[in-house]
Amino acid sequence: MRVSVQPDRFDPAAEMAGFGTGPTTGAVVTFTGIVRDDTGRMQALEIEHYPGMTEAVIADYARAAAERFGLSDVLVIHRHGRLAIGEPIMMVATAARHRQAAFEAAEYLMDWLKSRAPFWKKEVGADGESWVAAKDSDEDALGRW
Amino acid sequence: MEVVYFAWVRERIGLPRESVTTAAATPRALIAELSAREPRYGAAFADPSALRVALDRKLSDFDAPLAGVREVAFFPPMTGG
Repeated sequence: MRVSVQPDRFDPAAEMAGFGTGPTTGAVVTFTGIVRDDTGRMQALEIEHYPGMTEAVIADYARAAAERFGLSDVLVIHRHGRLAIGEPIMMVATAARHRQAAFEAAEYLMDWLKSRAPFWKKEVGADGESWVAAKDSDEDALGRW
Repeated sequence: MEVVYFAWVRERIGLPRESVTTAAATPRALIAELSAREPRYGAAFADPSALRVALDRKLSDFDAPLAGVREVAFFPPMTGG
């Protein structure tokens, strides 16, 4: 298991080196979140977090996912600071015996991290700055777990 | 105790953290006490339902006891991922 909260850009492909290489791994799923611009006027995304709490919360959910879905490996990387459009924000990778567990574990982690890991996004655009509001649909997504 | 703020709560209050001497029994009592001090706190805490609270870096609720807590954090709902 590896958890990293970092300002630096990462290469999702390079992060997969050595991931889930144990003999019981039959499936690896990866998810990468990318900074996108829905308005055509965004210049950057700023991500604030709560140092100390962030790492602990992510590690708790990673451990819970590993136990619940029988994962042989799990990786979570989440960035903070100022990010440009097109850059990776975060990634999750899960390794399991079978694909269903690997897919479900990745979705479980994404759903919980979106609403429970202490990150806040601010869009910086040509017209000013605005904090991204939490979506009810993200909170509702937790109901399925 | 240490009180820390994030995102627009931090911006409205104008500080990332401060030491507060208080006898407030709960986060709800603490925000009432701070809001009575200065308008910037009132602006940040006007709608507690739009806020979240963590006690010693664990998500909690506004009626949890503050006894023994060293760090209280107020922030908007998280938007990670």
